[in-house]
Amino acid sequence: MKDTIDLGKKRDDAFITEVEAHSGQKFSTCYQCGNCTAGCPAGFAYDRQVNQIMRGVQLGLRDKVLNSRSIWMCLSCSTCSLRCPNNIDVATVMETLRHMARKEKRVAVPKVEKFWFSFLDTVRAFGRSWEIGTMALYMLRSLRVFTDLDLAPEALKKQKLPFKPHSIPDGGAAAVTRIFKRYRERAKREGVRP
Amino acid sequence: MNYAYYPGCSAKGSSADYEKSTQAVCGMLDMNLVDIRDWNCCGSTPAHAVNTELSAALCARNLDIAAQQGVQKLLTSCPSCLSNLRHAAKRMEDPAFHARVDELLDNPTALKFPAVTSVMQGMAAHCDADEIGRHVRRNLGALSLAPYYGCLMSRPAEIMDFGDPENPTLMESLLGACGAKVLEFPLKTSCCGASYGIPEREMTARLSARILQLATDMEADAIIVACPLCQMNLDLRQKQAANSADARFNMPVLYFTQIMGLAFGLSGDDLGLDKLRVGADGLLLKIEQAASAQRGSAEGGKA
Amino acid sequence: MRIGVFICHCGSNIAATVDCAKAAEIAKSFPDVVYAADTMYTCAEPGQAAIEAAIHEHKLDGVVVASCSPRMHEATFRRTVERAGLNRYMFEMANIREHVSWIGKDKEANTNKTAELVKMAVAKLRNNSPLTAKTFDVTKKVLVIGGGVAGIQAALDCAEGGVPVILVERESTIGGKMAKLDKTFPTVDCSACILGPKMVDVAQHPNITLYAYSEVEEVSGYVGNFSVKIRRRASYVDWEKCTGCGACSEKCPSKKTPDAFNEFTGLTTAINIPFPQAIPKKAVINAAHCRQLTKGKCGVCAKTCPTGAIDYAMQDAFVTEEVGCIVAATGYELMDWTVYQEYGGGVWPDVITSLQYERLLSASGPTGGHIVRPSDGREPQTIVFIQCVGSRDKSIGRPYCSGFCCMYTAKQTILTKDHLPWSRSYVFYMDIRAPGKMYDEFTRRAVEEYGVEYIRGRVSAIYPDGQGRYVVMGADTLLGEQVEIKADMVVLAVGIEAARGAPGLAEKLRISYDAYGFYMESHVKLKPVETNTAGVFLAGVCQGAKDIPASVAQGSAAAAKVLALFARDKLENDPQTAQVDIRRCVGCGKCIRCCPFGAIKDSEIRGENKAQVIETVCQGCGLCTATCPQGAIQLAHATDNQILAEVNALCR
Repeated sequence: MKDTIDLGKKRDDAFITEVEAHSGQKFSTCYQCGNCTAGCPAGFAYDRQVNQIMRGVQLGLRDKVLNSRSIWMCLSCSTCSLRCPNNIDVATVMETLRHMARKEKRVAVPKVEKFWFSFLDTVRAFGRSWEIGTMALYMLRSLRVFTDLDLAPEALKKQKLPFKPHSIPDGGAAAVTRIFKRYRERAKREGVRP
Repeated sequence: MNYAYYPGCSAKGSSADYEKSTQAVCGMLDMNLVDIRDWNCCGSTPAHAVNTELSAALCARNLDIAAQQGVQKLLTSCPSCLSNLRHAAKRMEDPAFHARVDELLDNPTALKFPAVTSVMQGMAAHCDADEIGRHVRRNLGALSLAPYYGCLMSRPAEIMDFGDPENPTLMESLLGACGAKVLEFPLKTSCCGASYGIPEREMTARLSARILQLATDMEADAIIVACPLCQMNLDLRQKQAANSADARFNMPVLYFTQIMGLAFGLSGDDLGLDKLRVGADGLLLKIEQAASAQRGSAEGGKA
Repeated sequence: MRIGVFICHCGSNIAATVDCAKAAEIAKSFPDVVYAADTMYTCAEPGQAAIEAAIHEHKLDGVVVASCSPRMHEATFRRTVERAGLNRYMFEMANIREHVSWIGKDKEANTNKTAELVKMAVAKLRNNSPLTAKTFDVTKKVLVIGGGVAGIQAALDCAEGGVPVILVERESTIGGKMAKLDKTFPTVDCSACILGPKMVDVAQHPNITLYAYSEVEEVSGYVGNFSVKIRRRASYVDWEKCTGCGACSEKCPSKKTPDAFNEFTGLTTAINIPFPQAIPKKAVINAAHCRQLTKGKCGVCAKTCPTGAIDYAMQDAFVTEEVGCIVAATGYELMDWTVYQEYGGGVWPDVITSLQYERLLSASGPTGGHIVRPSDGREPQTIVFIQCVGSRDKSIGRPYCSGFCCMYTAKQTILTKDHLPWSRSYVFYMDIRAPGKMYDEFTRRAVEEYGVEYIRGRVSAIYPDGQGRYVVMGADTLLGEQVEIKADMVVLAVGIEAARGAPGLAEKLRISYDAYGFYMESHVKLKPVETNTAGVFLAGVCQGAKDIPASVAQGSAAAAKVLALFARDKLENDPQTAQVDIRRCVGCGKCIRCCPFGAIKDSEIRGENKAQVIETVCQGCGLCTATCPQGAIQLAHATDNQILAEVNALCR
């Protein structure tokens, strides 16, 4: 059974302030028309629709918002921002919420984050991304068999995906590795999750 | 004429055919695309999803290299790269952000970066429709094409500067200049499912199916794209999309440079057509049949 | 001089943060002040009586009241001092409520500021001199601009009150938007049946002169005496001869002329009468589509017309009318909804506006009252209505609510069910705004009795599915889910904007308009039909969104204002006008060029050019006083000496 939400107790003003500061958007301008939800291509995969995420922030319900799967399923396609009648950049709000959720170690859909890191690992190593490397790392991370096994014969036959990474010729790979290294060190210094 | 060029990682992998056809078509239009040296990955969606500063650092390194080379305008084919590079350049205008990003890099970056624009816009700026028309060797008049830009190319409008964010029309004018019949394709800027093909396959399958279904219902001969990821989702994953929608599709998905190359009389090899999962043979046949019918009627007229 | 000062408590409005007794005490020390008191409510009867008593008792010849804004009670206190025998301009007011007590909490600071404002008022008053108003004659005739239902009502009420009316209408017929409607909410009675008789009354009333197909070109003058130049657009038909028989239209070969009256849902002929009940029922040629006028050959209508009324050489003509008052009733336009690319931007044929749908519903419309799809003429099965298209949308610069769309959409869904009983209607809405009498009940009827499906949410996109129908992508925010409807037709409740050319007309009338071109009333609540220009009144949607009952009410209200003004034979001017010192004036004419009211003219005095102020026209704005290089013009009651006295009182 669900408890009634005590809006007074649950309201986290700091949360609202934080989302507004990082996203640069003002939540009181949202009048809940639902246009963001109506146009969202990923809505079918959400546990809360975009307008409900917006509502959650308006009411300062940190847990409801940051524990939501929706912020991880957002495709960053910006349709919501484009169609918002109140000029709210909803896509930036979603990205802000992802960043905040990661910082608070709340990742409702770990496989999405695992995929990102699989991709970024190939970039860190070679300076450029590498599709097969990304897939292999993702399989390792998620302990999942290649979900795209059905594509393999075709892709390999057409040589769509090179087996060898395409590394940067002039030492740029090392420069990119250093970017990642500094990024991690700084995150550690600042006490946030890289 | 030389143009500084940022190919993006897909050009060296899954979208080698985009790269090949882009080089071939640009070459014919006297646009010589020269890679900026030592370029690296822009970080794509994962980088900005994880951290804006990391994403900007990866982009800024490329922008800085271009700036050091004295580049004024940098072209790129991939909308995702374009989006990241332009977002980064915009964010770097904030001195505090610039300083935070510079901390991640070997050297402080330039204060002013070159403008980044798409190859498509570069092409339109380089030559007009008449100039493109002069290169046409094959008549595409028999083909109905569905132009599909994907969600990144035109949005957000204030960053991307690609015409109406709901209804961009640049590809239409290029295809029109090549003599093709271009459909009014309503889903031209809807999302194909982006990079979720791997972690969340059903997402990509469903969204791609919607686009493929509409193009099929509108009796398009092909969907024409400008984005490596869109091409992969709509073509390589076409069967996954069909399964998810309980439908059957047989829709060729070509890069705009591939179809332009065909119009210019280039061969399938020149354009990497062998990389397509749904082949372009049907398209070529239709073009050929229309051409021979025309020849027939012309000769008939003479007789 | 003997001055009395009254510091008002305004209950606790002022007294809570100002020590009124202390301020009065301080005032006693100001020069010429012989009496000072603090009173509870100075504007109330006892308060005014106290002022009158003090004037008599202390032989005052000037009074200062420190209370609220002069916009509130200056006129009240001027009458008070007048009753006690003083000239009304021997009075000054200090605003210690809006400017002091309401904006600060520090009582000591507020009391000091009060004292300083009173000190300034006293200093000004010491430099005042009695002023007398001039009287002038009134032209008892009114101009009504716009022949929609609001303008019609204003014209009829004025005419019934015995006032001659000049009614100017831009289109070739009166009736406005209401004439295009099929039925009206909340009673679902036929629009033409209730508007028609009023239109006929306009045509037949002996006090009304109707100029249709005409526009206001120029306005000069002032309340009581406006002069208005009217452009009568060339209709290419001599209306004196035209009998409205329609023979010309039947024979006109140019049958593909866009039909503006039918909101472009159909085609008409180049010469036509917009609809059967048109007033005046006269033909007009659409010059852009007439073969004779574009190609120089045809002439069919001229040959057909039994009265020889066709005149291809007709030019615009001008008439000038002298009137005492003007009522602006210029109505509205639909905003250009094609900015919504996500709704097809006007490309998909079966995505239409509510007004177009109204023409489809109307028996006199292009389909004879049958609801069919513009694309293929088939009856739609599923119809989606979308509210707030171009209303409450900041992203396209239309943040306001258009007011009546909720109601007409409910009406249209009810009519749809009557026309097509097997059809299904969906309405996407954000809020249902139905505050009028029997309005909410009406929207409930659409839901409860007619089975209309109301969905709380907005539509993100509409696109054709490639098989003849339209995909409507929406959200049901109550359900918290995305919803999709396959529709045969989509009707957009397109928001309103000010009539084409509204700001230009406002400038001619010297009235103000808001950022969206709607005319500004003098006071939002208390002067809803007045403007800040005396003698110019407003009626209908030109002032802001309103439905038919409200437009009619405002038309009558504007007429009441006109009749009240004309109840007087003479008007008084405000003597706070510009005064020229002809010894200083060099006749340079700069004041004449800068005056927005045309109140200064060139006159010859002893062989020299001098500026002369027409006191009944001057509005006392002060532009000329600031412009005059010689300092030869002073504004009565705001002279340099009076203003400097105030400044000196504060700064020295």
